[in-house]
Amino acid sequence: MADTCQTSPRERPKNLGLSEIMLQIRLPLPGKLSILHRVSGVLLFLMLGPLLYCFQLSVTSPGDFAVFKSMASEPLCRALFAVIIWAYLHHICAGIRFLLLDMHVGIDLASARLSAAIAFAVSITLTLILCWRILL
Amino acid sequence: MINRIVVGAHYGLKDWIIQRVSAVVMAAYSLFMVIVLLVLCPTTFDAWRNVFSFGLVKFATFLFALSLFYHAWIGIRDLWMDYVKSVSIRLTLHALTVLALVGYAGWMAAILWRL
Repeated sequence: MADTCQTSPRERPKNLGLSEIMLQIRLPLPGKLSILHRVSGVLLFLMLGPLLYCFQLSVTSPGDFAVFKSMASEPLCRALFAVIIWAYLHHICAGIRFLLLDMHVGIDLASARLSAAIAFAVSITLTLILCWRILL
Repeated sequence: MINRIVVGAHYGLKDWIIQRVSAVVMAAYSLFMVIVLLVLCPTTFDAWRNVFSFGLVKFATFLFALSLFYHAWIGIRDLWMDYVKSVSIRLTLHALTVLALVGYAGWMAAILWRL
């Protein structure tokens, strides 16, 4: 009896390779929201220096303001600003969802999936609107 | 007086709470600035600069920046803890992260209080 219950101990922790993470494991929507929350956080952290520099240029003098404006009209800069806008909005929308989950709001599977979809929908819509109003 | 608690279920609770409080501060600031920018519509340099020379906005912007830097510290610290196994490299990255963020805080104060 004891023998039948015993299973060979599985190796733990199990280390996943990058290919398994990227190709084999299909994350559900809340999982995608969560990993993108981390990715957007890293992007925002990396952009802190450049953003502070942009802010400094924009408020220091009319000359610096003009420099910032011409810099911001470069296509590469615009693309970067679009990414930063998305990262900020994704991070804040997913973050508000996490705060609600922390307060035990919507923790059953169906509402958690729904709120993840809402967070994606809101952040993507706001990103498109902001990019259209500011960058185009 | 030695009263250091380095193990147990509450280890890290302070940072966990600060990360969430700073998140609320930043969300509130974002909403506040969206309203300010929609009302004032600062499109010229003078108008844009005036927004931030306003006492309340300066104060709120600095609080936002401090919340952002503390929030970023906790997030990036967790990132290094999750992915960097070598203690010496992790410690170096932690130190560099703190130095960068403290420097940013000083930089932000300098930008705002020159206005």
